Amino acid sequence: MTPMDRRTAHAPPPAAPPSGGPAPAVAARPVRRPAPAGRRPAPRGRDGWTPWLYLAPALAVLGGLLVYPVYQLGLISFLEYTQAQVSGGEPTTFKGLGNYAELFGDDQFWQVLLATVLFAAACVVCTLAVGCALAVLLTRVRAVPRLALMLAALGAWATPAITGSTVWLLLFDADFGPVNRILGLGDHSWTYGRLSAFLLVLLEVVWCSFPFVMVTVYAGIRAVPTEVLEAAALDGASQWRIWRSVLAPMLRPVLTVVTIQSVIWDFKVFTQIYVMTGGGGIAGQNLVLNVYAYQKAFASSQYSLGSAIGVVMLLILLAVTLVYLRLLRRQGEEL
Amino acid sequence: MPRPYVRRPWRLAAESSALLIAAAVAFPLYWMVLSAFKPAGEIESDRPRPWTLQPSLDSFRRVFGQQEFGRYFLNSLLVAGTVVLASALIAFLAATAVTRFRFRFRTTLLIMFLVAQMVPVEALTIPLFFLMRDAGQLNTLGSLILPHIAFSLPFAIWMLRGFVKAVPEALEEAARIDGASRARFLWQILFPLVFPGLVATSVFSFISTWNDFLFAKSFIISDTSQSTLPMALLVFYKPDDPDWGGVMAASTVMTVPVLVFFVLVQRRLVSGLGGAVKD
Repeated sequence: MTPMDRRTAHAPPPAAPPSGGPAPAVAARPVRRPAPAGRRPAPRGRDGWTPWLYLAPALAVLGGLLVYPVYQLGLISFLEYTQAQVSGGEPTTFKGLGNYAELFGDDQFWQVLLATVLFAAACVVCTLAVGCALAVLLTRVRAVPRLALMLAALGAWATPAITGSTVWLLLFDADFGPVNRILGLGDHSWTYGRLSAFLLVLLEVVWCSFPFVMVTVYAGIRAVPTEVLEAAALDGASQWRIWRSVLAPMLRPVLTVVTIQSVIWDFKVFTQIYVMTGGGGIAGQNLVLNVYAYQKAFASSQYSLGSAIGVVMLLILLAVTLVYLRLLRRQGEEL
Repeated sequence: MPRPYVRRPWRLAAESSALLIAAAVAFPLYWMVLSAFKPAGEIESDRPRPWTLQPSLDSFRRVFGQQEFGRYFLNSLLVAGTVVLASALIAFLAATAVTRFRFRFRTTLLIMFLVAQMVPVEALTIPLFFLMRDAGQLNTLGSLILPHIAFSLPFAIWMLRGFVKAVPEALEEAARIDGASRARFLWQILFPLVFPGLVATSVFSFISTWNDFLFAKSFIISDTSQSTLPMALLVFYKPDDPDWGGVMAASTVMTVPVLVFFVLVQRRLVSGLGGAVKD
């Protein structure tokens, strides 16, 4: 889950630097479009060491517990590292790309990768569709229905992944769940089939993640000045036209952020799959990369293979991040 | 708000569907609480009823009677509380640095914070496991607290940045002219002003820490007195023969504090998101 910082997208140029020095530091901030008049970056290094003092705790924590583990992850993925090496029984050997060769030569890996991408894509599309539709709905209703929907959504949002998973399992339980009764499905088992198990997890994931999209987009719509919409309506624009030509462009930064966040989030789903399908489904039919890596590493002690899967995930998510950065830049985001 | 030009029949349709959807969204939570209060025989009925005539506390008794359940609850609170406080403080300092200071590598750092958000935390379980093992931290709450601070930080910094930025620079100028030191400005003026942002940020770090299942499962392996709530819940959840009453009671106990926290900060959360979203 993460940020939505649209303020900067349409932010007025920052106030001229207090000391008003010359502005030679354009090269230090690689913003694509030319800096508008009035933006005069301060000379670099004006504040000396003070900012680094403020940053020190953050950098120490991130360096030790994020950057270093990423480095270790990469390292382990190039080694022969299984239970024997962990317990010190055998020396750790360098395997080069051997783990990756083994991984890419395994049909199951490609199957899991495909399943992960399709599952994440379906989750993202459904989450965004539901979240945006309900955000629009929120703007059309009076206070009581709005509060009801908002509170219900906050409830779903606040529900921990593990409790959400078990509750949805009970709802869809073949014997004791209300859903089969309501739908007249008898004792149909949702977790048995590959697709229906994925569908069940998808429903839970959408349930707990649409609120973030809904609240954020709703906040975004509310930030659009009423006068703009009224003016458009007075000029005779239809609802659709207003949405397409007025709201959508103003909401684009918000939509970008919630989309990217959903992609990252749904690509990394772990708890729901792990709990709802009992560690990846019957014969691993419901594995996604995350759970696959976990099973390889912690269930069968193939830490190097697990790490190689982790590196693949990292690379995919980094690619998404690069796309995100490009989008932000194109929208003139000033970092 | 585009309300003025919505015609009446449409508004009625919209409002009734909003209420219906709200009910549907809340239904799983209702079923969770309901099942927690159902007596043992009733929950395992193949004609599940949406009410219960004999609410019972048996499931809760079983949950709280479980050895060390209270301990797990406190552990969860301790871990989430520490992470929230520490990451809010550290992120405030860092966000101030990247917003209010000009220095070399500022943009590079910002991009790094952004990229750091995308790192799949789950993939780091393997190296973190060895890191914690080598540091002798396995089976301690520290092995949960430290990584979660690290994973909350990039997002917290990125989000707080917007709030710090919104405080006019002129205010700092004025404070300086009045003779306030930079530290004094930071804690007595800036900190209270960005407090709503800190609350919104804290919600996110609280949720992700409170929800954590993977690290608790991977790092607390032998000393179960250091476990957290998700592990307590799993005691009742045996995939082949789950004790649904116990699972739902434990789920209720685990969800209610978060719900209370959400309702308490609801306004600030929505306005916080709005604050981060609007100009």
